[in-house]
Amino acid sequence: MSAPFQIDFGPRRTPVVGIDLGTTNSLVAFMDLTGPAVIPGDDGDRLVPSVVHHGRSGEITVGNPARRLLITEPERTVYSVKRLMGRGVADVREELRLFPFRIAAGSESVIRLELGGRTLTPPEISASILRQLRKNAEAFLGEPVSQAVVTVPAYFNDAQRQATKDAGRIAGLEVLRLVNEPTAAALAYGLDKRKDGIVAVYDLGGGTFDISILKLHEGIFEVLATNGDTHLGGDDIDNLLLRIALEDIASEWGEDVSGDGVAVQLLRRAVVAAKERLSFVPVATIDLEYKGRVYQRELARPQFERLIVDIVDRTLGPCRHCLKDAQVAVEQIDEVVLVGGSTRIPLVRQAVENLFRARPHTELNPEEVVALGAAVQAGILMGAVEDKLLLDVTPLSLGIETMGGVVSKLIHRNSTIPASATEVFTTAVDGQRNVLIHVLQGERELVKDCRSLARFDLKDIEPLPAGMPRIEVRFLIDANGILSVTAREQRTGREQSVEVKPSYGLTDEQVEAMIRESYERAEEDIRERQTREARVEADRILGAVEKARLHDAWLELSDEEHGAVELALNELLMVYHSTDHLLIRAHIEKLNQATLKLAEVMMSGAVRSALKGTKL
Amino acid sequence: MSAPDYYWFLGLERKLDLDLEDLERRFYNLSRRLHPDRFARATATEQQAALENTAILNDAYRALRDPVSRAEYFLKAHGLELGEQESRKTPPELLEEVFELNMVLDEFRQGGAAARPQLEQAHRHLAALREEADAQLGRLFNEYDHAPDGKLLAAIRGLLNRRRYIRNLEAQVERELANVGALPD
Repeated sequence: MSAPFQIDFGPRRTPVVGIDLGTTNSLVAFMDLTGPAVIPGDDGDRLVPSVVHHGRSGEITVGNPARRLLITEPERTVYSVKRLMGRGVADVREELRLFPFRIAAGSESVIRLELGGRTLTPPEISASILRQLRKNAEAFLGEPVSQAVVTVPAYFNDAQRQATKDAGRIAGLEVLRLVNEPTAAALAYGLDKRKDGIVAVYDLGGGTFDISILKLHEGIFEVLATNGDTHLGGDDIDNLLLRIALEDIASEWGEDVSGDGVAVQLLRRAVVAAKERLSFVPVATIDLEYKGRVYQRELARPQFERLIVDIVDRTLGPCRHCLKDAQVAVEQIDEVVLVGGSTRIPLVRQAVENLFRARPHTELNPEEVVALGAAVQAGILMGAVEDKLLLDVTPLSLGIETMGGVVSKLIHRNSTIPASATEVFTTAVDGQRNVLIHVLQGERELVKDCRSLARFDLKDIEPLPAGMPRIEVRFLIDANGILSVTAREQRTGREQSVEVKPSYGLTDEQVEAMIRESYERAEEDIRERQTREARVEADRILGAVEKARLHDAWLELSDEEHGAVELALNELLMVYHSTDHLLIRAHIEKLNQATLKLAEVMMSGAVRSALKGTKL
Repeated sequence: MSAPDYYWFLGLERKLDLDLEDLERRFYNLSRRLHPDRFARATATEQQAALENTAILNDAYRALRDPVSRAEYFLKAHGLELGEQESRKTPPELLEEVFELNMVLDEFRQGGAAARPQLEQAHRHLAALREEADAQLGRLFNEYDHAPDGKLLAAIRGLLNRRRYIRNLEAQVERELANVGALPD
């Protein structure tokens, strides 16, 4: 029998958190009884800058402290790593000129960065950020967190999604769902409560641009179409201003500082600050003081807008394509939602208003709205939110290579996921044992213009005359937008073995190895931290006992009691330098017990203050 | 692994003319029940089943929602495949128009901006032809649903081929116009 007023929350389950793994900043949020909320870090900041620093003794720093180290140790610090997720070196050659990334050899299918003497892939670096967010969540919620919903740009391809999932695995987080960022934002706004209708979500973040058009109906968020550019964002504005400032400096100082990592980082920070101020004031100054020299440049908003108008205009093409694919006229859009820090720029807002002829929603912080939506989705997966359901789409068409390098489309872009397609393959030569299927993503007709996703090798085909085997291959895109392939011999119904060779990204074995390595490192880290914490605790009690022994109360104890305290004190001193935190803790407790009487005696009057703040 | 019949899956009568609002309602209701989000903490087997079922639901909804793909699905179920080849052949009644269109396209490609209005005119004409085919398709659907007849299915197949031919021409003109960058995309 349950008592009156007792609420049954069902069996106790660990929380699922929502994570926005952003180009510039990352956030973690969770769903409590009142709704989604962002979890702050131990410095009180809700945004964790997506910056990772690898120190000389192997220690990893993430977030604000890492951002500070970006200035002093740029060669040991990495940021905007999201731009490299699921990519090969050829994809990012352009931006490497402006980012201080150092690429290691063998980066064709997975980029490898040199960072503080180690070689790391983007998923490993992202895993460090995820680990920090997880730590923040665990400290805040007071319980372990092992499952998460992680957001990705809607226009991320298969490899980029897989890389994000890999990052979760390396960080020891089970990624229950990848959610598209604009869709998450729509969830966070809870627009479904107001009415049914059509919503456009315009998401211009640090590194990526997405546009999604959704239909809302009784709690169902059905994405009609999505479009975007995974290489367009606030970073592009920063790089543009940075280039101009560098040229300015070259002519003013007669010296090119673009090869000087520290100068470039300081200048980058200065242009970002000026850019951000320009969203609120009409004129801002780019300020740099470096090695005794000063660079100052005033930037007025109209001038700033002339500089960035091309970048802003690049978002409009995808918007129009998206409307067309959704078969929605501009007039049918009921609401527009703005997401991403870059939508604070007045010119961007103006462009969105002009295009959609509607005043956009900005009630929620554009930097937090995606994380809040991820938390809502986490609530849906936990079963805590029952009235909402997301139906998302795949952003890119999926096809296979056919004769003459032509792509034959199997699943079209903007198909609701999960989605599947089945094709029957056969052999071309008598006795052929293998059939290789090349899968691509993209909208173009030719293989060379699409992005190679993977090669699937149908192996151990029964040797038969050409054309006899009939192998039914099923392509299945799951709710995360990730492809899997299964095959079956039609005649026998026998499962056909398929070997996957991803064109970009890590193999399962590589991810496993990274998990092991990070696990070992994490254990080392944890042990070291626990030992340090135990010693701090020991210092506190040792100091307190030292003081207490000089106190009158000490004289009130018996010789036996004195002896017990002395013994416990000496034992603690003996184990103090041990690396076994449990041993240290055990002796702290022993000393604590031995001094109970002493504490009792001291509890009277002013003596209390001598031991204030200790556990005595 | 062969997918179940889409009509059966959605609990629909096997008709060519469908009430789209009813179809959408069924799609939403089944989504609420089957979607993997509802099984995030279930066993791996249940999760896999949710994934498979929802994929079929989405494939079914996609196939039946659009009249053209619905007709293609329907014909296929009746053993009438749409031949790629068939839709490449120029329907006889369009021969003259296609001939003229090709002349305009040639002129346009050779940098004849003056040919643009003519090409736009051709584009509008093709769109009208396609809409006409759609309307005709609707009439055939209705006719078939009232009195199912193999001859009607053959007529639908012929119409689908004609429609596809027109649509390909339309897309070709759109690409040409867009290449010069003046057509709003």
